[in-house]
Amino acid sequence: MGSSANQDNVASLATDFYSLLESFKETPFYHLLFEIFLVLTVLWLILFRKPRRIEKKLTEKEKQELIDEWQPEPLVPPVDANHPALNVRVLDGIVGKTIEIDGKKSLNFATFNFLNFVGNPRIADKAIQAVQKYGVGSCGPRGFYGTIDIHLELEERLAHFFNCEEGIIYSYGFSTVASIIPAYSKRNDILFVDEGVHYAIQKGVEASRSTVKWFRHNDISDLERLLAEQDIHDKKNPKKARTLRRFLIIEGLYMNYGDLCPLPRMVELKYQYKYRIFMDESVSFGTIGQTGRGVTEYYNIDRRKIDLISSSLEYSVGSIGGFAVGSSFVVDHQRLSAQGYCFSASLPPLLAAAAIEALNIMEEKDTTLCDTLMEKSKRLHRKLLDIKGYLIVGEDISPLKHLRLTNSQNTVARLEEIVEFAQTRGITITVARYLNDEHHLPEPSIRLILNVEMTDEELEFLCTVLQEARVKVTV
Amino acid sequence: MLASSSSKLSHATLVHRYPPSKLHSEEEMSDTVFSSDENEMNYKCENVARKDDENLQCEEFEETPLYAAILTYLSYAILCLFGWLRDFLRNSNIEKKRGAVDPNATLGFVPLYQSYESFYTRNMYTRVRDIFNRPIASVPGAQFELTERVSDDYNWTYRYTGKTINAINLGSYNYLGFAEKSGPCATDAINALKTYGVSSCNTRIELGMFQRTQRYHVELEQLLANFLHVESSIAFGMGFATNALNIPAVASKGDLILSDEMNHISLILGMRLSGASYRTFAHNDMKDLEAKLRAAIVHGHPRTQRPWKKIIIVVEGVYSMEGSICRLPELIALKKKYKAYLYMDEAHSVGAMGKNGRGIVDYFGVDANDVDILMGTFTKSFGSAGGYIAGKKSLIDHIRVNSHSNTYASSMSAPVVQQIISSLRLLKRPEGQKRICQLADNTRYFRQKLVDMGFIVYGNKNSPVVPMLIYMPARVTRFNREMLRRGIAVVTVGFPATKLLDARVRFCISAAHTRQMLDTALTAIDEIGTDISLRYSTRHKSRRLREL
Repeated sequence: MGSSANQDNVASLATDFYSLLESFKETPFYHLLFEIFLVLTVLWLILFRKPRRIEKKLTEKEKQELIDEWQPEPLVPPVDANHPALNVRVLDGIVGKTIEIDGKKSLNFATFNFLNFVGNPRIADKAIQAVQKYGVGSCGPRGFYGTIDIHLELEERLAHFFNCEEGIIYSYGFSTVASIIPAYSKRNDILFVDEGVHYAIQKGVEASRSTVKWFRHNDISDLERLLAEQDIHDKKNPKKARTLRRFLIIEGLYMNYGDLCPLPRMVELKYQYKYRIFMDESVSFGTIGQTGRGVTEYYNIDRRKIDLISSSLEYSVGSIGGFAVGSSFVVDHQRLSAQGYCFSASLPPLLAAAAIEALNIMEEKDTTLCDTLMEKSKRLHRKLLDIKGYLIVGEDISPLKHLRLTNSQNTVARLEEIVEFAQTRGITITVARYLNDEHHLPEPSIRLILNVEMTDEELEFLCTVLQEARVKVTV
Repeated sequence: MLASSSSKLSHATLVHRYPPSKLHSEEEMSDTVFSSDENEMNYKCENVARKDDENLQCEEFEETPLYAAILTYLSYAILCLFGWLRDFLRNSNIEKKRGAVDPNATLGFVPLYQSYESFYTRNMYTRVRDIFNRPIASVPGAQFELTERVSDDYNWTYRYTGKTINAINLGSYNYLGFAEKSGPCATDAINALKTYGVSSCNTRIELGMFQRTQRYHVELEQLLANFLHVESSIAFGMGFATNALNIPAVASKGDLILSDEMNHISLILGMRLSGASYRTFAHNDMKDLEAKLRAAIVHGHPRTQRPWKKIIIVVEGVYSMEGSICRLPELIALKKKYKAYLYMDEAHSVGAMGKNGRGIVDYFGVDANDVDILMGTFTKSFGSAGGYIAGKKSLIDHIRVNSHSNTYASSMSAPVVQQIISSLRLLKRPEGQKRICQLADNTRYFRQKLVDMGFIVYGNKNSPVVPMLIYMPARVTRFNREMLRRGIAVVTVGFPATKLLDARVRFCISAAHTRQMLDTALTAIDEIGTDISLRYSTRHKSRRLREL
């Protein structure tokens, strides 16, 4: 019975199958196609279609909970109450060659008063006359009635002093170079920057959003290596390379190190690798070169080979502000694209008048000021080298020197003890201060700045005190 | 230590007598505003906006009329066409190339500027360059001397004739009239010069073991903190740098900054340098801001979904191109609700707004401690230079330690600081109150007259920044030159400082302007407005000045 039922089943299956096949033969062609298409679609859906991401839709209640739970950080983190910036001591009077602290006079080797123009009566007179003619503030940016004829005069005088086509002035030293670099160098341009440049240049480089290639401080071979690498890169894609601008950003005399840049070799490389040189001469203006015209004068290089020289009116000139000189083609661009120039109020006229008078004095004195300064710097350098236990960094002709302790004893705490001791003996010096986010934080040091009016005896006294201080501190 | 005289009229003894100005006597130059005419003064003080006054937030931004928009686009198109034609002529050497040439041009250097970047400069800006960057030869007070310059070659080069033009100054930021060359503030500044010299050539933080700062710095900061009713403040040498260098001290990576779309470029630079993420919200639109705040807190960082460390809202008190005022009470409510922090840049409003000149906080009558970070500048209302940040002591201490300015930039110059100190002291006395009243009155009068004449004026009716829309570039230029011919100096701005369509003239009212000066200006605007059809407003009927 079972087997015959099975047999019947098989037979009925067979007939069913046969009739199915027959029906295939009779269906129209398009119907078959349609069925095949459906089958393929199902296969595709199963195998290839990615599952759609279910969007996380939060309900209003959940959102409100998140908002209620969120706790922000406090606006500022707590600060160390012993930080030097918070312990204020007040001083009075002019901060010139000597300063008066707590009633006692001391020699000032701490401020950037290279040519001793601070407190100069001629300059003060001219500034007073400017207040009496123009008031104190300029009440507007350069584009909107903030250009005073005294600004134009100062720009002309600076251009004339440097024998360049045009000059441009800014109202703040820090923002001079920080506005200049982003005005020329945009995203994708290439900047070759020395690691030892000061903070304002670092900020300018950051604001420009360009590709930055840092090379070791004053190391020409490192720079050449970077240039060669970039060259190889360019040859692979010459079309793109023709649109990328390149700049070399250096300082004449480095504020953080006190040494000169190797400018002649850099100018040679400029014509070989086709980059433009922007040199910041904040410290070397008025101090290097026979007449104070900077590193180009010292090395006897034609100033037209440097595309732009930027500098500051806050160091040798004893005023406030900054400036840049160069060819008209380069400088004029800043009048519309440098943010610190276009969107900021212009320099108060009294400071411009003070700068003009300082330039007058520098031109009158011609070589005497700078020669004397370089001589005294050399002498001081020799004397400092004689003191045991100190490491002097910097060129001998540089009026700005960095002093460190030898034998891995060089810490900020010890240097500050030296500074404090020196203060009790009537010498004011300072530890160089930096913020922690400097690109290449220099080692702790005491920054000594030479004032041109210091006499030999005073320099001797400085060295004696430094020696005593070292003995006291490292014992 | 340098007591300033309380009498308005006295010019305290000047040790150095200067030769009189060669063209105008002192009286004509009207250095001190309040030296005469008591009657004019008494009118006004009731008009200073009070809290219970009508709506403090009343602002108007009329839409651009269609025909003006079309004509403006057409003007720019025609200018572009001509620009291309001229460039073609120059490149094919039919026309002489003017302007400076790259000294490195033939040596294979990559060009310093792309040609399309300087297209605008060569072909549009240079043609009208004479309306910008006008040099002046006197104190930028209510009336000043412009140096006359002429061009023989369509503004490529200038020649100074040596003469000066006397003009009413509606362009300088001199809200309280402190740009004076004599008077108590100037005398104090001169005395400070004699005592302290021009500058001290050092940064604030480096002078031996402890920070040794000059006495006048400490005095300024304390005075400023008292004036603003906050715990503490710190001052810097440049307003632009105050924003650009101190926002990074407060915000950092992992924070979110919500900034108004019309914020000044120094704020934007500061935000970029800080490394925080930033988003903009529509100008003065509190609903948009709230939506963005909620979205930010709920979703966190877009890629990592981590919650933001903190959220900072950055606004300005008075916007310098729009003339609008930020909605401070609503902002404070929002900030408290969502636990965000508020940074307010009062460059144009400190001294100029409010019953006592304390800025927008005073204008709305809110507590100054509700705004976390108050920032301002001394250039506009105090006739000096520099910027400040004020707030709680913990904030200011943090900035002192971490600010780029404090560590690297040189400290402020003595006479500049003394000018601020003197003007702050003056503001507390009746004479200072008179200036504030006078400014408020001048502002309302001027704005009301302009609106009644049928011009489109943007902004809040109490803001001393008065932008009047002109739209077309040619009309902008014509307006500026015609006003100068009539002896009034104005500031006109176009693209790229504003949007392409919205070229405008921006008047800056000062307390030093007399009613007579404002009337002269209004008459001139009326004539020129009729001449070149500037009455665009559809909300207000166009009328001539004589009908008002």
